[in-house]
Amino acid sequence: MNWEAFWLTARLAAIVSCALVLIGIPIAYWLTYSRWRWKFLVEAAIALPIVLPPTVLGFYVLVALGSRSPLGRWWESLTGHTLAFTFEGLVIGSLLYSLPFAVQPFASSFGSIDSKLLRASATLGDSPLQTFRRVVLPLSKAGLITGFTLSFAHTLGEFGVVLMVGGNIPGVTRTISIDIFDQVQNGQYSSANETALLLLVISFVLLSVVYGLNRRPWVVGPWK
Amino acid sequence: MKKVVAALATAPAMSSELEVRIRKRFPNPEGSFLLNVHFRALAGFTILFGASGAGKTTLLDCIAGLADPDEGRIAIGGEAAYDSDGKRNIAAWKRKIGYVLQDLALFPHLTAEQNVAYGLQRLSATERQSRSREMLNAFRIDHLRDRRPAQISGGERQRVALARALVTEPRTLLLDEPLAALDRPMKSQIIADLRKWNQHNRIPILFVTHSGEEVFALGEEVIVLEAGKIVAQGRPKDVMHAPRLETVAQLAGFENVFYATVVAVNENRGTMTCRIGKGPLELETPLVRSEPGSRLRVGIQAGDILLATESPRGLSARNVVAGTIQRLEQREGIVSAGVDCSGTEFDIHLTLAAREALKLAPGKKVWVVIKTHSCHLLRE
Repeated sequence: MNWEAFWLTARLAAIVSCALVLIGIPIAYWLTYSRWRWKFLVEAAIALPIVLPPTVLGFYVLVALGSRSPLGRWWESLTGHTLAFTFEGLVIGSLLYSLPFAVQPFASSFGSIDSKLLRASATLGDSPLQTFRRVVLPLSKAGLITGFTLSFAHTLGEFGVVLMVGGNIPGVTRTISIDIFDQVQNGQYSSANETALLLLVISFVLLSVVYGLNRRPWVVGPWK
Repeated sequence: MKKVVAALATAPAMSSELEVRIRKRFPNPEGSFLLNVHFRALAGFTILFGASGAGKTTLLDCIAGLADPDEGRIAIGGEAAYDSDGKRNIAAWKRKIGYVLQDLALFPHLTAEQNVAYGLQRLSATERQSRSREMLNAFRIDHLRDRRPAQISGGERQRVALARALVTEPRTLLLDEPLAALDRPMKSQIIADLRKWNQHNRIPILFVTHSGEEVFALGEEVIVLEAGKIVAQGRPKDVMHAPRLETVAQLAGFENVFYATVVAVNENRGTMTCRIGKGPLELETPLVRSEPGSRLRVGIQAGDILLATESPRGLSARNVVAGTIQRLEQREGIVSAGVDCSGTEFDIHLTLAAREALKLAPGKKVWVVIKTHSCHLLRE
């Protein structure tokens, strides 16, 4: 069991999912309430990581972070090194990779708030932003926790993007899923099994939290 | 300082008149509708009466700022909240208009007290508490203050919604059928509480309903809305009791509505004789401009018809017809009698005491007495 890789992954997932709550809420707010006619294009772009091969996403992120891109150059001038093959680069790649897993649950729970409540809040003197803070957010608790948990679990298990963007540097960018890949490559099946099992259990627990949180009371059958 | 106070005391109360003159095209299941209204509402209750789909809720939404009219002007106390000429459209949350929505829209995650205090964000915590407690008391829901909307009854929710809107001291109050789901005693109690509040807070209250009963219980002024237009406006007894339009009458709860043909016009007596249905029954009705042979409808309220067990004499009422009781049904405090008069059945409402005193029973022969002016004529 490679604990260094485990903690690195946990740290990555925690940073990414916390950041996604901060980034995802405004995006989801905009997606929910904007009446812009081309909004669907933005929705499609945000959903891309769900269907895109991680290597494709990873490739573009790598290019964007490299010293040939403006972003890469700006970062290099700031810090003296490129973002590619660093932990920070990994965070940026993972943010993009897990974005839909945070934004979609946020947006769907914001959108499911009864618009009458928003109207009532407006007539009681609250601006749209105050209404969002006092009515929409508290009533979206389950959606917020779901988005946080899903993006955490999703980041925990990523492989392709990490490999493309971060490479495989122990203690810097070697995450737990890459570690499993390495162990299998080296024929260490029993330690690979150990690590894989741990990942499986954690993922199951996290998903149980999500589904438990969103469970509905038993549906009453039509015979009742 | 003293001078200022004296001036305030003697100055006429700040005008709180609500003026609405708007046009708005809005979608409707039967195609598109044009809401086109112009009215003023003074302090006190103004009833907005009409069938569903007449545009009542859209009108309230426009006044509250939740929907935009196509053009026109909405002003409260002379100050425009919306004016298409002046390019003015104040956001709903800045309008200070209380609005109790049809399904109340209480915040499910807040307690009754937190709901009531919701609109008092700008006040200090202590003032917020004292104001909302005061309002909870005035609406007799202080004991529920720590409960959530899901844990209280429908009538109590109604009170919370009213208190929540009133505590913000709005300049106008809009109520969209707030009492529709309540039973009668609960309704009249809430209305009494609301009236009491309105005596101290002289603001216009626009009250939407489609129940004729509520119109009489509440109204100082009633506006009848039909297909987006105002078709009648005035005091309830004038507007509702002398209906000139069929839908108004139907909505006002006429239990008896018959097709009729004008048989004779008695101009010297100010009456007409109308044959009911295919006859032979004929009734004397008020005179309206019409020719013999023209078709009308006659509406008579069940409570306006008298019953006699012997042929009455010396009556001013012009219509006395013999008939037979077909059925007697008791409904919450009244008796509804069905009386057949040569093929025309009247629905008549009596008190329980009257049934006892006259020993009424199905099959009994009776005389039906209807005043001329209890017969309301409705244009076909």
